[in-house]
Amino acid sequence: MQPLFLQGPSVTLRAILLVVFSIVIMVADHRWHALETVRGAIESYVVYPVRYTINLPSRFVDWGNESLSSHETLLDDNRKLREQQLRAQVSLQKLSVLEKENDRLRKMLSAQPKVGEMVLVAEILAIDLDPYKQQIVLNKGSNKGVYIGQPIIDAWGVMGQVVHLGMFSSTALLISDPSHAIPVQVNRSGLRGTAFGSGNSQLLELPYIPHNADIEVGDVINASGLGGRFPPNYPVGRIISIDRPAGESFATVLAEPVAHLTRSREVLLVWHKKQVKDVPAPATSEKNPKQAKP
Amino acid sequence: MASQNCFRIVIPTLIMALMLTMWPLPDWLEYARPEWVVLVMIYWALAMPEQVGVTVAWVVGLFLDVSHGAIIGQHALGLVVVTYVISTQYQRIRVFSLAQQALVVLLLLLVKRLLVLWVDGMVGTAPDIGWYFLPALTGAIVWPWLFIVLRDLRRRFTVSRNF
Repeated sequence: MQPLFLQGPSVTLRAILLVVFSIVIMVADHRWHALETVRGAIESYVVYPVRYTINLPSRFVDWGNESLSSHETLLDDNRKLREQQLRAQVSLQKLSVLEKENDRLRKMLSAQPKVGEMVLVAEILAIDLDPYKQQIVLNKGSNKGVYIGQPIIDAWGVMGQVVHLGMFSSTALLISDPSHAIPVQVNRSGLRGTAFGSGNSQLLELPYIPHNADIEVGDVINASGLGGRFPPNYPVGRIISIDRPAGESFATVLAEPVAHLTRSREVLLVWHKKQVKDVPAPATSEKNPKQAKP
Repeated sequence: MASQNCFRIVIPTLIMALMLTMWPLPDWLEYARPEWVVLVMIYWALAMPEQVGVTVAWVVGLFLDVSHGAIIGQHALGLVVVTYVISTQYQRIRVFSLAQQALVVLLLLLVKRLLVLWVDGMVGTAPDIGWYFLPALTGAIVWPWLFIVLRDLRRRFTVSRNF
């Protein structure tokens, strides 16, 4: 028979110590990002295996679908993809000419030449970490040279950036998260601004735009590249509404992201600028060098 | 003996709970997903307060933080507080009926979510309150069934004599 109150004070003491310690590490994590290695270790050795196991059934179904799809379907797909590739090739030809021209002009102006970019395809492992956060988990981590702050894009536009890193996986914050902001530029007029996430995956907010700014519904906004985190000129969104309330100093400008934030299955991790040098031996099958857009 | 034995069943159930937490659900169901890990922690703290206490809860909370992409320590803090209440009051809560226990669980889940919400609010990313406390309610609703399942599991593995 155990004495009833043997561990009374010690539990209280331990609880108080742990609460204080929790608060300390929360500050350390939020303010100074001092715990990224701890997070990476837990992500790699505890969370990733669990996530991988959860994904097994859907992987199996995918694999089954692929193996069982008929010969005709595959041929059809193949034909379509070939066609698409041809089209892409044609527009790429034009692009390469433009790029050369751009390079020449830049040289004539003795301006900084554009730096090439590298991309790596990553698959989305999980999307619903927390229904109140706009984060996704990708299946590429530090073992592929992914780094914190790395931009991610899809075929349509900028999606977000990597915020946490594990060995085999990484967590990315989408541009629609309320804690995310991206420097942008209106394609048509060159007007600069910042697009904040709204918590709604279909909506971005552009505060601090003056009433008389040259901006219209339908304008495309691109990443401006200011701040150096996102590569310039990738499309971010399209303006869907502008409200200029009398008496307020700024207009209320809303945009919708052009990237398929909720529908993409694969995303691209982009290396640009100096980070290109730091990338360890690239996996040749997946990584293809890509020149910056003119 | 008992303490060596007990983690043979505690750890698998906690892993199962973590899997249920991360299992992909349709959007509308997402907002009602019970906090499985907290519920399972409550059960083990109730059944084996000597072995499963605040320290275990804190470590499990860290795993939960990483899996949710939250600030490290956020869920850990909530879990420590919840488990502390159980560790000090388990003798009282054990004799409650299942319905009464569900009420206690509801209260604890509310406290835990409130703590997490406070931290979110302090760093400036507090979500809409709208359905925020719904998981506490669904958690209390599933508690009786979870309790019975875990009790049977524990008896099969005979990890604790009492309760």
